[in-house]
Amino acid sequence: MPHPFVVIMGKAVRHAARLRGGGSALPGLFVEKISPDFIKQTLAQLPRGVVVISGTNGKTTTTKMVVSLLEAHGLKVFTNRTGSNFTRGVAAALLGDIDIKGKLDADIAVLELDEAHAVHFVKAIPPRYSLLLNVMRDQLDRFGEIDATAKMLEKIAQATTDTVVLNREDRRVLAIKDSLHDQNVELFGLSNNLLPDFPSDDELRGGIAKKTARPEASVILQKYKGNQATYHIAGQDLTTTLKLNGVYNVFNSAAAIALTRAILGNETQSDIVISTIATVTPAFGRGEELEVGGHPLELVLVKNPSGFRLGLKSFSPVGYATMIAINDNYADGRDMSWLWDVDFESLSELGVSEVSGIRAYDMALRLQYDEVAIGHIEPDLTFALRQFISTNNDMPKRIYCTYTAMLALRKELSKITKVEVVS
Amino acid sequence: MSKQTITVVQLYPKDMNIYGDYGNLLVLQRRLEWYGYEPNIIHYNVGDTFPNDVDIIVGGGGQDSGQEIIHADLIAMGPKLKTLAEAGVPMLMVCGLYQLFGNFFKTSQNKILTGIGILDVETYGTNERLIGNIVTNNADFGDIIGYENHSGQTYLGDNTEPFANVIKGAGNNSKDAHEGARYKNVIGTYLHGSILPKNPLIADFLIHTAVTKKYGEFSTDVVDDLLAGLARDTAGGRPR
Repeated sequence: MPHPFVVIMGKAVRHAARLRGGGSALPGLFVEKISPDFIKQTLAQLPRGVVVISGTNGKTTTTKMVVSLLEAHGLKVFTNRTGSNFTRGVAAALLGDIDIKGKLDADIAVLELDEAHAVHFVKAIPPRYSLLLNVMRDQLDRFGEIDATAKMLEKIAQATTDTVVLNREDRRVLAIKDSLHDQNVELFGLSNNLLPDFPSDDELRGGIAKKTARPEASVILQKYKGNQATYHIAGQDLTTTLKLNGVYNVFNSAAAIALTRAILGNETQSDIVISTIATVTPAFGRGEELEVGGHPLELVLVKNPSGFRLGLKSFSPVGYATMIAINDNYADGRDMSWLWDVDFESLSELGVSEVSGIRAYDMALRLQYDEVAIGHIEPDLTFALRQFISTNNDMPKRIYCTYTAMLALRKELSKITKVEVVS
Repeated sequence: MSKQTITVVQLYPKDMNIYGDYGNLLVLQRRLEWYGYEPNIIHYNVGDTFPNDVDIIVGGGGQDSGQEIIHADLIAMGPKLKTLAEAGVPMLMVCGLYQLFGNFFKTSQNKILTGIGILDVETYGTNERLIGNIVTNNADFGDIIGYENHSGQTYLGDNTEPFANVIKGAGNNSKDAHEGARYKNVIGTYLHGSILPKNPLIADFLIHTAVTKKYGEFSTDVVDDLLAGLARDTAGGRPR
């Protein structure tokens, strides 16, 4: 049980940080400094243990889906909802949920963790289940190389005590299977028909192509068209209509179902799984749809070339005005090289209405070389957003944005429309 | 009159593409078009037949695993590339291929990967990653702006000039204040970004050298580099 003083002080800092409108990690940082065992002691109380979700893309939306699926089956779930996926983000979320005696009223913890932090986290707290989504080029300025990131995921898998759920279609993630001896392994995957919709970094510039012969997977995304998805689950085809948009979000739903089945085993009810998946919406900024002036405005988070390529492939520009906002703060990654591994020719017919963010001119330069026409370039996000909305007031809008640009834009948008508050 | 052709070869795009260095090829392709030439782009991968008629060669960075895959093929190609370098063919080699254009790369596990020795440099793998925004300066090209990310540290021998002096950042290694290497028209550098989009003078050096070598004179067309200038202004002032 954590020391009561730590709990009270931590809660006080959390309250003060919120009054300031500050970040979600500050109170966690406070607790981490004065009581390093705080998270371990608190999570050790949970009867169904800890679940860790990691990988480059899709952690936040997938975690949200797993939480919904478990809650629909009657479990009380603790999670780090803010997408603050560092250890101190977990500590901050715990502070919000525990009572004054340090007791956490939950059956299970489902945590999304950044790859590098997860490695440290699982050393202290071995998860009962883990879900490893993918390894893609992301902020190589932090981790060095893709192969190094894959090693991190392998360590998470090896620290897992019960079941590891792996993406069959990512060759680096699938390879982790061979390093596991004591764990159960479950796979999720795509039908052969859907494989071409997921270009990987390896296939970029004609590299290693995907194999069509692959091991059996317990959950497969069989078909996806419009917003109709068919899953193949334990020998059965189940079809539903989704609120999720973007093919990568839909693939993540297959991952969430596979993990849920691993956790619940015989308690899993297929009808509850399907009806719950149908109602899940994307996590904030991940294809989230807001309304501005009677028209939809979509926010699509882009943080690496594969994610940006999938985004451009998932959402047709026809009928939409497009804005791109690129920041280079620490959380976005400082390096702009990645923009050159994204092909923007799909935007060349209709052009990009507004280019913004700290690195607006890098983005504009990138578009120049794909011969994509640009309406305005305005590094200031607030001015750019206003200009984008007033220039395109009579049509649906879509903004591709990096992480810190997305946070700033949501804040600005909350002044003019309803934006879900995420705490 | 049909357009004059310039052949650009990218070395090993399948295995050495990790870092947005594709931008360099795209910039050469588009600028050649904008200057009124016909770019002939060739992707050379392990086992392919190397073209006879080559005007510009570019190569990028890869993971350690990528370097191992291409190593034997590159060694076999070495004499041919060396002949082209001696003949003044312009080349731009970034990061991983810069290292292998040198004499050798000794990994942090003391494994030696022999290079093709066009640049008189040697590289040692370390546990220190030199990472971040970088600004260098070269008398011909002025300030050069990019992003470095390497744990291999490179030292220059007597027969190669540094490509540039470091103004902000690390460069070849953590001791000397220079970046990259230059021999005849071959440039080796650690700069990603990609390097050519924000440094159009280097792109035009490669193009100008190739075109005058082949056709004797260069187009009088002008490319609008306003956006490159603005992007340089921002990038030069960003934190490491």
